Amino acid sequence: MSLATTESVAEIKARNKQLIDEVLKVYPEKTAKRRAKHLNVHEAGKSDCGVKSNLKSIPGVMTIRGCAYAGSKGVVWGPIKDMIHISHGPVGCGQYSWAARRNYYIGTTGIDTFVTMQFTSDFQEKDIVFGGDKKLAKIIDEIQELFPLNHGITIQSECPIGLIGDDIEAVSKVKSKEYDGKTIVPVRCEGFRGVSQSLGHHIANDAVRDWIFDKVNPEAKPAFEPTPYDVAIIGDYNIGGDAWSSRILLEEMGLRVIAQWSGDGSLAELEATPKAKLNVLHCYRSMNYISRHMEEKFGIPWCEYNFFGPSKIAESLRKIASFFDDKIKEGAERVIAKYQPLMDAVIAKYRPRLEGKTVMLFVGGLRPRHVIGAYEDLGMEVVGTGYEFGHNDDYQRTAQHYVKDGTLIYDDVTGYEFERFVEKIQPDLVGSGIKEKYVFQKMGVPFRQMHSWDYSGPYHGYDGFAIFARDMDMAINSPIWKKTKAPWKDAPRPSLMAAE
Amino acid sequence: MTQNAEHVLDHFELFRGPEYQQMLANKKTLFENPHDPAEVERIREWAKTPEYREKNFAREALTVNPAKACQPLGAVFVAVGFEGTLPFVHGSQGCVAYYRSHLSRHFKEPSSCVSSSMTEDAAVFGGLNNMIDGLANTYNMYQPKMIAVSTTCMAEVIGDDLNAFIKTAKEKGSVPAEYDVPFAHTPAFVGSHVTGYDNALKGILEHFWDGKAGTAPKLERKENGKINFIGGFDGYTVGNIREMKRIFELMGIEYTILADNSDVFDTPTDGEFRMYDGGTTLEDAANAIHAKATISMQQYCTEKTLPFVQGHGQEVAAFNHPVGVSATDDFLMTLSRITGKPIAKALEQERGRLVDAMADSSAHIHGKKFAIYGDPDLCYGLAAFLLELGAEPTHVLSTNGNKAWAEKMEGLFASSPFGKNCHAYPGKDLWHMRSLLFTEPVDFLIGNTYGKYLERDTGTPLIRIGFPVFDRHHHHRYPVWGYQGGMNVLVKILDKIFDEIDKNTNVPAKTDYSFDIIR
Repeated sequence: MSLATTESVAEIKARNKQLIDEVLKVYPEKTAKRRAKHLNVHEAGKSDCGVKSNLKSIPGVMTIRGCAYAGSKGVVWGPIKDMIHISHGPVGCGQYSWAARRNYYIGTTGIDTFVTMQFTSDFQEKDIVFGGDKKLAKIIDEIQELFPLNHGITIQSECPIGLIGDDIEAVSKVKSKEYDGKTIVPVRCEGFRGVSQSLGHHIANDAVRDWIFDKVNPEAKPAFEPTPYDVAIIGDYNIGGDAWSSRILLEEMGLRVIAQWSGDGSLAELEATPKAKLNVLHCYRSMNYISRHMEEKFGIPWCEYNFFGPSKIAESLRKIASFFDDKIKEGAERVIAKYQPLMDAVIAKYRPRLEGKTVMLFVGGLRPRHVIGAYEDLGMEVVGTGYEFGHNDDYQRTAQHYVKDGTLIYDDVTGYEFERFVEKIQPDLVGSGIKEKYVFQKMGVPFRQMHSWDYSGPYHGYDGFAIFARDMDMAINSPIWKKTKAPWKDAPRPSLMAAE
Repeated sequence: MTQNAEHVLDHFELFRGPEYQQMLANKKTLFENPHDPAEVERIREWAKTPEYREKNFAREALTVNPAKACQPLGAVFVAVGFEGTLPFVHGSQGCVAYYRSHLSRHFKEPSSCVSSSMTEDAAVFGGLNNMIDGLANTYNMYQPKMIAVSTTCMAEVIGDDLNAFIKTAKEKGSVPAEYDVPFAHTPAFVGSHVTGYDNALKGILEHFWDGKAGTAPKLERKENGKINFIGGFDGYTVGNIREMKRIFELMGIEYTILADNSDVFDTPTDGEFRMYDGGTTLEDAANAIHAKATISMQQYCTEKTLPFVQGHGQEVAAFNHPVGVSATDDFLMTLSRITGKPIAKALEQERGRLVDAMADSSAHIHGKKFAIYGDPDLCYGLAAFLLELGAEPTHVLSTNGNKAWAEKMEGLFASSPFGKNCHAYPGKDLWHMRSLLFTEPVDFLIGNTYGKYLERDTGTPLIRIGFPVFDRHHHHRYPVWGYQGGMNVLVKILDKIFDEIDKNTNVPAKTDYSFDIIR
């Protein structure tokens, strides 16, 4: 099935270029010109993937992207568990994103923890006409009365807020004062801002800076005694428990994790982070901003890492350890050695079933590059990848450290392009989101959701890799894919046979 | 180490191991600034009290865990029910990502829809250019037979005029002048997804019947004896519409299903992705004006559509998501009266089988108390069914139900001795329901997937009926309408009742004397 294994790199490149030309033909001229800049075939040795990114999506093409609100409430703020996040505006945004991202946490929901709840101001026409500030003030009072153990409140703006000129900052300040300096964070993440989720991440990061860091009293007594080994996990949303299967490794190597951003995170952890000796950053895209800020303001270095698959995990553990003394360096080696037998067993079991299989990805954040190593650990090959809301620095990292020569690159892919690419390339697996899942499964192509781990996970860390390998095997080698054609219609597909 | 290659542990087992438990406990005590566990416990208990309920019901501004979505979701749901139609939502693009995800998570199906991707510049200058480019791209790429436009709240707040925009886009050549682009304004800050359903369906009928926004002559109605059928926003649309077709065919009724999305939300896996499948043909949508009558299964999904249809001279009839014997009787008798066709013998037999099943099982349901929440019509239909089973729909809550709905519910309660202690709660949310379940407990809860949080917190067993159902698969394929649909609902309820009885009687040597093999 895998065409890539039987073709030379030159042939693959030619085929991919031709594919790009073909899909562009469907567009009106102006659109074709714009989309052409987002599609490319990777050339080894280039410093980036040769595509434009972080530009406006084109109307009417079926982009897969979301909005700034999704980036702030859905990604960055939503998982902070002891704060209440108000979806401020009409009911829909909060409803569709309610508990949909699987940010695992420990806590008594509705009492001291609020992640899987939907707090909304449920704007009505009169709120649009007369403004929603008074309503917001009242909402904060009602939250204080009914949810007295909340540690703070954020206001996640939906589109109308910025359009009707509400002053949520003023309301936040007044209410914060009224409730003895309570943390109340207004976030200007209206969905029309920017071109995707990405600006929402940035706005959310800035809100942490302005409304949390800048309000922490530097004279206050520390909640815990600092150690030389304190680190913070930045950019892990604990989807299916990812941050937990990562944290355990850092702790086993002798580090102390003082904060998780933001999966299973708390306000106290956000506030304590400036005390870290090192910030370790998983999702660069969504949290590089605050990492850079902490570097500039507090002198905390940060280090990107990748906890998908044993090769990248070992590389990352050593990289993180390099910031510390020999005790930690030895700790990293000890952890790598400890899990080696598990990794050997996982690979021995699954690699023979997955060797040579090809994958096409289209995801957000760090995953279009970060998971490539995990597939390679299983003998699989990623033949196409792209970012939903990446920037050029993502494509640089991808080109320099991850993708192979000839890989098809598609930025902000449209539904049409993605279907055509998959149809022609016939990968053994597609990894993308819920909106794409059933499209490809109908086509008979095995699929895994690579945002939500298809309700599985964790995929991070050594423990997560076992689950990842099992899931990929389960998807690709499910007997169901042999049954998509009725036996009385089962004729070989001549074009494919010829290609092989 | 807990993980194991031979028996890979999933998240629900992995983190229960001692290493992880220790790690999480340390995280909490050292870094999370947790409240004193006794204080958490105190508040947890307080939140169960009548005092808390009173404060909770005194809320005026805050909504917590509502059971409703916004208008455009309903508009998208309608649009995909027409042949070859792509929904086009004018406004911010994130909304469309949400509708598509929401529908895909419920139906486990692709959900195709495009956005005009408006951003800051459109907020300032309006979204006309987005409409012009967007329609051209959609038309060229996906070759729909029709593009049905609705709006997000962004476009509504800045006041974009769909009629004028579409006209201009046509003049600019985005789509041919005669191409069908019906539209509906669907502001998210008015009503809910059922309102959006209503507006979008009315928009499409208006387009075809009333001269395509001034570009064609209005159709002149010539009555043809057919009936139009409208399902309303319905999580069971796949099973229900097919069941309705079967019933119409059994009775020899000529019909048009309007917004028939039963196929597009149930496409086969056979190697081909169908962006469009089935649906009401555009010809049928236009010809629906000639029908004798239009029947809506959900009054609150068609509050504007039905008067519009009536205004064109048709008889209209609205039901409230009919479930069970009497509601189905009414539906069929109305159908029979309007069409002059007798109720088919086969349906009479199905009726008898449903009554038979209810008689067989009634002892297990009779006198049981239920809480129900969901869309207004669904609530009514389920409550009526419970009443005829001798059960008590004690709390019936609809976030998108209004005062008129509540009065109608109270009327239903008054009609049955089992409705004596039952109440309707319009405009309330699931946090209100939580207080109701703590202070006036019931035996079972009926609602959508989000009810599982109520089940966890209050211990009230949840029977999943409603939209969305994300965490159980394939129930949308089975009807809940017609006598056979009633049977499905009955079995769903009974299964939960029996499971609970077994769960409550399964402790060896303590309670298992009642762990009966025959029930």
